[in-house]
Amino acid sequence: MGRSIIEKIWDKHIIHQEEGKPDLLYIDLHLVHEVTSPQAFSGLRMKNRKVRQPDKTFATMDHNVPTVNRYKIEDKVALNQMTTLEKNCMEFGIPLAGIDSPDQGIVHVIGPELGFTQPGMTIVCGDSHTSTHGAFGSIAFGIGTSEVEHVLATQTLWQAKPKTMKIEISGTLRKGVTAKDVILYILSQKGVNFGQGYIIEYCGDVIKKMSMEERMTICNMSIEGGAKAGLVSPDETTFSYLNGRKHAPKGENFVHAVKKWRELTSDENAIFDKEMSIDASQIAPMVSWGTNPAMTSSVNDHVPYLKDCKNPIEQRSLERALTYMGLEEGQKIKDIEIQHVFIGSCTNSRIEDLRQAAEIVKGKRVHSNVRALVVPGSQQVKKQAEAEGLNIIFQNAGFEWRESGCSMCLSMNNDIVPSGEHCASTSNRNFEGRQGSGARTHLVSPMMAAAAALNGRFIDVGKLMEVETV
Amino acid sequence: MGRFTIVEGKAIPMDRANVDTDQIIPKQFLKRIEKTGFGQYLFYDWRYMNDGKENPAFELNQPENKNASILIANENFGCGSSREHAPWALADYGFKAIIAPSFADIFHQNCLKNGILPIRLKSEEVSYLLKEAKNQPYVLSVDLKNEMVKDEKGFSTTFSIHTYWKRMLINGWDEIEITLQFEEKITDYEKATITIR
Ligand code: SF4
Repeated sequence: MGRSIIEKIWDKHIIHQEEGKPDLLYIDLHLVHEVTSPQAFSGLRMKNRKVRQPDKTFATMDHNVPTVNRYKIEDKVALNQMTTLEKNCMEFGIPLAGIDSPDQGIVHVIGPELGFTQPGMTIVCGDSHTSTHGAFGSIAFGIGTSEVEHVLATQTLWQAKPKTMKIEISGTLRKGVTAKDVILYILSQKGVNFGQGYIIEYCGDVIKKMSMEERMTICNMSIEGGAKAGLVSPDETTFSYLNGRKHAPKGENFVHAVKKWRELTSDENAIFDKEMSIDASQIAPMVSWGTNPAMTSSVNDHVPYLKDCKNPIEQRSLERALTYMGLEEGQKIKDIEIQHVFIGSCTNSRIEDLRQAAEIVKGKRVHSNVRALVVPGSQQVKKQAEAEGLNIIFQNAGFEWRESGCSMCLSMNNDIVPSGEHCASTSNRNFEGRQGSGARTHLVSPMMAAAAALNGRFIDVGKLMEVETV
Repeated sequence: MGRFTIVEGKAIPMDRANVDTDQIIPKQFLKRIEKTGFGQYLFYDWRYMNDGKENPAFELNQPENKNASILIANENFGCGSSREHAPWALADYGFKAIIAPSFADIFHQNCLKNGILPIRLKSEEVSYLLKEAKNQPYVLSVDLKNEMVKDEKGFSTTFSIHTYWKRMLINGWDEIEITLQFEEKITDYEKATITIR
């Protein structure tokens, strides 16, 4: 029987397997950030343990960092968390891209950018969006702080083997529809826990044609469907992205690595525990209207009616979400007025995302009711964007151009959406309070966010683009 | 971490689906570098109003629901962020077991590592418990050894848990200690993969 890429990678990393126990899995790459690691390092210290493989560990600070005046951190508790990370990395010999490093950025942006993330690897981080790295054909998943400590000490994890799911996306995407819309569409159709207990392989024409940035956007939000991880088989797009990256293999080694990576595909007769297919032509630009990422619909649609809910639990959730969001049942998505726009986060803050948004913004002005922010995912993305003049396009339009970090994705720093106000965000979670207490988040693609910034409400960017090409 | 045996205590309902870890412990409390003292912030945005007063409508604030040790929840409890601060806060508040039809994976794992028993029961069973727990005091007994949940009115059901985690909870093992018994195998694996590269 054939094996899927998921099983191939998994099996290769098993150190120990025995009846009645999860598998003991080797971890190739462990990414660390300031928020979920301090207690893990304290644990090591208490038991006098060392980090087994500091060279397979890499740290950065992203969640807490300010995106303006980044060297003047006023929040003492946040500052303490950042200096604690510095001290821990120093003490345990872990390489760190600190606040003043040209490599600093959101952990899931810089892992790939620096060439740490490679096909066939097992990758973990104390962060649920570690699934992003699956775009390179690796098994990458988020872990808790106890597991962070376990990986630091042993470079392994006890993990029960998940089930496998294949999602094939075929057809052609309409104009103005991006990777973000694809994953939001899948969530809107399948719900927030369809992936529970599974690792997903995304495949099909649409995925094949996608850039690494787009694949990362899709894999990133696998966790929003409850999946353990999501991945894409590596191909020429993957290899050429990695070629020349700082920590990717070089020269002969690269050629050799590519040869090995080419073997990382699912066998034709591989059996998945679950399969589904998605018709890309059905997908429109999407906007979330509720308080979880599955509460999403096409920009041309409306907020659901209570009477259309399948069961009482769903009806209660809808009622609660509408109250929180300040929306009426049946309200048109295009009638929602927005006061904030956030372009950033590990879902959509890479160079391509900024290029797409800039394309929409070019020569126009941000609506007078809107405050708009662009937060590049990393210092490298920021530098590249500035070299291309994207910052000028954004700033001329009235956007704020910030330093890299997680920023308004979870608003741990000072970038907050005030209570009751609506924000079009390119991030991944619209949970209650995520962008600030009482803040109302709408998840969208970078192009949709850019268009919303200009108009003060949502419009179908696909239609906008058609008009412009006529 | 204390050892888990039988927990008998007040079980209270939280009949909401997809409760995410951002709600269980909001981000403003993740800046601390300790593992302790998170109970006071549990469900902060739901529990307190803007002026800092308790929100009387919230489940945990109802007088008859105080001092509970078992939480009865709904589908996909603990979804979203991987923050282990969520089980730290639940445990610090006093919860020892959570019953739901389903849990998010990372949260489930994080509970086990912090002495909280996450119990999956059938939807009908959880519906029954949610209904009964509306009338307090409602006491449940959770017996990990025999994998059973019982109330005082004759309801009783079994649940299943991986034997590895069960032993871990009962014996209070240090998981890293166990793994280090495989040190040689880990080293062998590392040597072998270096030569392949
Ligand atoms: S950008 Fe948002 S989702 Fe991504 S790592 Fe940062 S906080 Fe988490």
